Amino acid sequence: MATGHFKEGIAGGRLAAEQYADNFSDLHPPLDHHEALVESDRCYFCYDAPCMNACPTSIDIPLFIRQISTGNPIGSAKTIFDQNILGGMCARVCPTETLCEEVCVREVAEGKPVQIGRLQRYATDVAMSENKQFYQRAEPTGRTIAVVGAGPAGLAAAHRLARHGHDVTILEARPKAGGLNEYGIAAYKSVDNFAQAEVDYVTSIGGIDIQNGKALGRDYQLSDLIRNYDAVFLGMGLGGVNALRADGEDAAGVTNAVEFIAELRQASDLSGLPVGRRVVVIGGGMTAIDAAVQSKLLGAEEVTICYRRGQEHMNASEFEQDLAAANGVIIRHWLQPKRVIAEGGKVSAIELEYTAMKGEKLIGTGERLTLTADQVFKAIGQSFIPSALNGGGAALELEGGRIKVDTEGRTSLANVWAGGDCIFGGDDLTVSAVAQGRDAAESIHRALTSNGRA
Amino acid sequence: MADIRNNFVGIKSPNPFWLASAPPTDKAYNVIRAFRAGWGGVVWKTLGEEGPPVVNVNGPRYGAIWGADRRLLGLNNIELITDRDLQVNLREIKQVKKDWPDRAIVVSLMVPCEEHAWKAILPVVEETGADGIELNFGCPHGMSERGMGAAVGQVPEYIEMVVRWCKANTRMPVITKLTPNITDIRKPARAAHAGGTDAVSLINTINSITGVDLDSFAPEPTIDGKGSHGGYCGPAVKPIAMNMVAEIARDPETQGLPISGIGGITTWRDAAEFMALGAGNVQVCTAAMTYGFKIVQEMIAGLENWMDEKGHASLDDIVGRATPNVTDWQYLNLNYIAKAHIDQEACIKCGRCHIACEDTSHQAITNMVDGVRHFEVIEAECVGCNLCVNVCPVENCITMEPLAVGVMDQRTGKPVSPVYANWTTHPNNPMAKVAAE
Repeated sequence: MATGHFKEGIAGGRLAAEQYADNFSDLHPPLDHHEALVESDRCYFCYDAPCMNACPTSIDIPLFIRQISTGNPIGSAKTIFDQNILGGMCARVCPTETLCEEVCVREVAEGKPVQIGRLQRYATDVAMSENKQFYQRAEPTGRTIAVVGAGPAGLAAAHRLARHGHDVTILEARPKAGGLNEYGIAAYKSVDNFAQAEVDYVTSIGGIDIQNGKALGRDYQLSDLIRNYDAVFLGMGLGGVNALRADGEDAAGVTNAVEFIAELRQASDLSGLPVGRRVVVIGGGMTAIDAAVQSKLLGAEEVTICYRRGQEHMNASEFEQDLAAANGVIIRHWLQPKRVIAEGGKVSAIELEYTAMKGEKLIGTGERLTLTADQVFKAIGQSFIPSALNGGGAALELEGGRIKVDTEGRTSLANVWAGGDCIFGGDDLTVSAVAQGRDAAESIHRALTSNGRA
Repeated sequence: MADIRNNFVGIKSPNPFWLASAPPTDKAYNVIRAFRAGWGGVVWKTLGEEGPPVVNVNGPRYGAIWGADRRLLGLNNIELITDRDLQVNLREIKQVKKDWPDRAIVVSLMVPCEEHAWKAILPVVEETGADGIELNFGCPHGMSERGMGAAVGQVPEYIEMVVRWCKANTRMPVITKLTPNITDIRKPARAAHAGGTDAVSLINTINSITGVDLDSFAPEPTIDGKGSHGGYCGPAVKPIAMNMVAEIARDPETQGLPISGIGGITTWRDAAEFMALGAGNVQVCTAAMTYGFKIVQEMIAGLENWMDEKGHASLDDIVGRATPNVTDWQYLNLNYIAKAHIDQEACIKCGRCHIACEDTSHQAITNMVDGVRHFEVIEAECVGCNLCVNVCPVENCITMEPLAVGVMDQRTGKPVSPVYANWTTHPNNPMAKVAAE
């Protein structure tokens, strides 16, 4: 019976103990002082900068970079936090290669953008390590707001509302605040318990009460919130995971990638975390990449991502795909799952069908492929579960299966706003959730104070 | 292959690159290393009169300013002349000259402004076999407070007097090194010329404070909480030095007076520019102090390659070639009209040209055309100032294109005149020499 790396089935301890820390160290180590100065000097301080326009939170990027270059990282951090109070996490998890850095004029000119994300991390790290607080609460307004979900949208909304002097109660279903920052991001993108440090940093403004273990629809109803608070912000994210729609997907060893990622982030001892010897990940987004790369880093021998369309259709950025390839993950395209093959109730292989485009439509070609697998991760997207909203009272209007909001984040119900992944029309990015939470907070503030006047 | 051998007032060296009088030329050890690296000559660090050695500070002697990646742009120093014993220096000079006969060794001198002091030192220097002397009338700190260095260089009458003493008391060629810490560089140059100097060398360093420590509120470099001005040099001073070289080169009173160019020379191109403006050779210090002596290899090869490429056979073909093109503002052709042109292929759309023009100049560059980010010159507004060219981060993306004779200048609505016309004859000039029709 093989041990360690080559153990059959789903098992922990595939690697030497010290290997884990190495494998899960910071993906983008922080820039040191001199590196930050050199990198900041590369910024051209563009007029009407494309990077700034590409940022969902509209951070004044040329200004914060210039502040780094002039030896003012604290001022730089304030420039960032003015627009995005979760600028520290966004610096780590934003797909900058498809946002600010993609449109950097140096990317256009030389294929080597200014490393905006790493500079943002440098400045925010300096400020947060000194616990430098930039904002004071306005005079108390006496208004109370309930925020559902302590993820990026909820935290951003809560901070902005607290700044305006309102009292905020965040109701969070999970044991910890942070949402996907805490539970949904690959471990090597947010080391040293950064998500919790950030929650503490954001909430230290005061006036924000986080209550954990409070799930909407289970512990309270939306109608309760509407009745008991002056306004409600819904930022509860997505609760459901899309099914494979393959036969036999109930077999042991078929797991939701998001759960695996969450479990990994919460594990105190990675060597105890079991992973398959041969892992197949179904999906083409960031979650698929995160699950695949981390499986490999936990010691899986073979990890294959199967995606039902072509490389150009993948939601995962090119950088993410390269990261997977560099870690030894094989990405296969034009394959959709058909059948999970189990032995003794446990997955032993997965049968896939090749696909092709027929006109606008994706069809199976009939040709099949079987991959040996002792673990299969589902990463084909998450869905909003609206049932939690249906606890009496008027129903929220949905659109495309998610909450319908207007440009200010207002839902179809009076005094109820929403933002983040649970609304329709978003792009499932942390930074967009922050922008939506922040902007909804401003809208709430205007509504509660008649255009800003208490 | 271009011949870059140099003959400067009869002093021969295999190339025109000398090390200036400064720390790199303070002793035989350094000078031998420099000659091994390929330097054509050195001006030995300034000797003072016989007696107790000069005393230097024991804290920082240098301050600096930096560009990106701590690239040194400007250096300042408060070091004095050599603090080594005169006899040791003389012995070493003699030995090195003997061992390296093909290289130039010029000895920098600074003694009190009295004839006997100069009469005393000249023969002992001559005895070393050195090729010439350079009179240090430039050192701006320390020695100037004792009536030497820049204290002499700032008074043309003293310059003339000391040069005359030297010419009368030595057979060696005399190079007079000038301080830039004056208003009109032509005055000391004329004085040196009148005193019979064989050449001038310039610039010496510029009075400067490189920084202020914002915790202690002390200027840098800081000695026990205090600082004094130092002498500024390095790439940052090159434009100032080049102007001064050109001023002397084109001054009718000093025309033809050999010039040894000094000031921020770091590459072959810097050297070529100084020589084009009239310098017969160049002296280098800061670049060597920043990167070591090896840089001369780049300078030699670069100068040769450029000369070969352009067909210049010897240094005589380039020295002073740009001097006739240096003129006064009043003689610039006001009928010459150029407009900025942005190469859209090369443009990376940073928008710096637009904001520079919009905020600080003539509102002559678009930022948006038909709803698309687009930077283009509005010829009807462009005065051809060149600011956009200077702020553009992409080389040759924005160029100044002269309008051909007869072409309509959209800004003035007038065609470009074929006639050269300058301010001296312009109708708006009340002092115009020829009245306008």
